[in-house]
Amino acid sequence: MLTIKNLHVNVGDKPILKGINLQINPGEIHAIMGPNGSGKSTLAHILSGKSGYTVTAGSVAYNNKDLIDMAPEIRAREGVFLAFQYPVEIPGVSNIYLLKAALNAIRKHQGLSEVDAMDFLTLVKGKVRLLEMDEKFLYRAVNEGFSGGEKKRNEILQMAILEPRLCILDETDSGLDIDALKIVSEGVNSLRSPDRSFVMVTHYQRLLDYIKPDFVHVLANGQIVKSGGPELALELEEKGYSWLESDQVAA
Amino acid sequence: MSTFSASRYTTEYQAIAATLPGQALVWLKELRADALEKFSAHGFPSPREEEWRYTNVSVIEKKLFATVSRETPLPKLQVVDAEWLKSFQLEDTWSVVLIDGHFSAEFSDLDGLPETVSVMGMADALTKQPELLETYLGRAVNNTEHGFIAFNTAWFTDGLFVHVPAKQVLEKPIQVLHIVTQSDVMAITRNVIIIDDMAEARIIESFAGVGDNNYLTAAVTEVFVGRNADHSLYKMQSESEKAYHFGGIYIKQAQDARFTHHNFAFGGLLARSDIHVDLDQASECELNGLYLGVNRQHIDNHTRIYHLKPHASSREIYKGVLGDRARGVFQGRVIVAEDAQKTDSQMNNRNLLLSNEAEADTKPQLEIYADDVKCGHGVTVGQLDEKSIFYLQSRCIDEETARNMLTFAFANEMVDKIKIKSLHDKVLEQVLVRFPQEGVEKSWL
Ligand SMILES: Nc1ncnc2c1ncn2[C@@H]1O[C@H](COP(=O)(O)OP(=O)(O)OP(=O)(O)O)[C@@H](O)[C@H]1O
Ligand SMILES: [Mg+2]
Repeated sequence: MLTIKNLHVNVGDKPILKGINLQINPGEIHAIMGPNGSGKSTLAHILSGKSGYTVTAGSVAYNNKDLIDMAPEIRAREGVFLAFQYPVEIPGVSNIYLLKAALNAIRKHQGLSEVDAMDFLTLVKGKVRLLEMDEKFLYRAVNEGFSGGEKKRNEILQMAILEPRLCILDETDSGLDIDALKIVSEGVNSLRSPDRSFVMVTHYQRLLDYIKPDFVHVLANGQIVKSGGPELALELEEKGYSWLESDQVAA
Repeated sequence: MSTFSASRYTTEYQAIAATLPGQALVWLKELRADALEKFSAHGFPSPREEEWRYTNVSVIEKKLFATVSRETPLPKLQVVDAEWLKSFQLEDTWSVVLIDGHFSAEFSDLDGLPETVSVMGMADALTKQPELLETYLGRAVNNTEHGFIAFNTAWFTDGLFVHVPAKQVLEKPIQVLHIVTQSDVMAITRNVIIIDDMAEARIIESFAGVGDNNYLTAAVTEVFVGRNADHSLYKMQSESEKAYHFGGIYIKQAQDARFTHHNFAFGGLLARSDIHVDLDQASECELNGLYLGVNRQHIDNHTRIYHLKPHASSREIYKGVLGDRARGVFQGRVIVAEDAQKTDSQMNNRNLLLSNEAEADTKPQLEIYADDVKCGHGVTVGQLDEKSIFYLQSRCIDEETARNMLTFAFANEMVDKIKIKSLHDKVLEQVLVRFPQEGVEKSWL
């Protein structure tokens, strides 16, 4: 589904990603952990097409298409979804309006007609219930005045409705209280399927207790310095990152 | 030079003076004479005056627009297209229509108005309610304010008169529709609105012109909101794209009075609004404004909130969206008198520029003479937020649609404050036709 080869990314003259290699197959869940500032959000942004970065080397292929050359909205319509670490507030645009616009853009991209108004409401309300949100959120402006946790939950609501193929979750767990973490995790788990893949950026083992990853990668200083199974996350929880970084320096 | 042009208007005045309403009223004759004298001396406001520094109206002096007299039968007046008129008229309102500066009984509809309430043309009111008008006309604003006030006082041909007696609650809004049907003319109206103690009323002032006629509207509205009364006044300005518009609204709020103004300034080549409020003890006022400029429009809004007594509050939000080579002006003054302790005031002006050639001039001014007050203000001038555009793109929306959605959303915040459904929908329509709407799905809003 996603093949990242030797990806180098700069912000201005500053190298941020320094040779990332990552293979994600359909149905897999990959967790990405790593110290602050190591480049996790940069990787997420690069995948979703945010401007302001320069790819200086390497490639990203998504379903055998070159992702780097694709406009952000085309990637989104093709099934790439980023749940932001810091979701943006959009005053004046209601949640439900955005959901409908997004869903119809995807349908149009797929050559389908606009979603029927009743079907849409049924779909949306079902997902609102799944994430145990108040329906009132649908009619509020996107993220405006939402609490930190509510914003994160809203991102997952959008994801549940748009049914992307590649879901990138950037620290969706931070800001969620214990109950919300559980609800959101169940929401994510309900979306698991053999043809949908997840990249979850997180700092905490807690999330991985609920959503069990197939692979855990450690990103440090712009490179993946270690990959392993779920047990790697436990090890990190215990030992922190310093042993890996010194490893890296030694290597 | 301005004196020269002003005197052209003054010369013309002699020819129409006798046709103006209220001839029998000595106080009005004196008021008009005083106004004419002041206007002859100073002419229209000049950019040398601090409160007019961003807006140059000398073109109005040069043009010499003509008054439309009531006596002249107007060929065009008969052919006002009822369908066209309907596109501005709101359902479920009492309606007063002023055509080229004169009350039109034919198009007005005041059926079912409570008997105790007076709604009529100003010319009629000068005959039927002279005492009330002697008390109120010229009391919320006077001839020394600036040239347009003096001009209006001397020249007005008609207008709206509303009197809602104490405790009366009007269940339907009143809409006054000022329309101009011809080029090269001017429509000069004086409007007086009196909402007595504990009464409640909603009034909509709409301004519109036919086609792309070049004309001048100069409307002065004086509003008196009694003790503990509640008044919402809306202004929907969609003059023709070549029109000049001056609309001044001067409000006096008594103790505990509540007043909300919504100013939608969309039309005209050059348009200026004054909204000046005087606040008595514990009164509350809210001023909302949205101005949209495209092409080479120049839209100026001047607000003044005068806190005269303690415990009053004021809330003001003005937003501007300016595209092409349009220019928007916001001057907001808040004055807190020495006596006005515990004043609570917030003023905010936000401007969105859609092109590099658009311009916004914003000048908030706080003058505070009391020491125990809470006053704040903020202004911004900027473009669409790139982070928001990317967020929408990441949700499948193409960039152009994202920009249109965000522009619309910025403006829509003010439209959503309208509490009258039919007006809300009309204003929304007007916003949508003025800006790129590609991708904005009206039916989902
Ligand atoms: N626009 C920018 N200009 C300069 N530096 C930037 C820019 N964007 C990112 N960086 C830098 O790139 C590095 C990686 O940032 P990134 O946000 O990807 O880290 P992260 O791994 O997501 O960290 P965290 O765990 O704190 O979220 C940081 O040092 C950051 O300061
Ligand atoms: Mg991050």
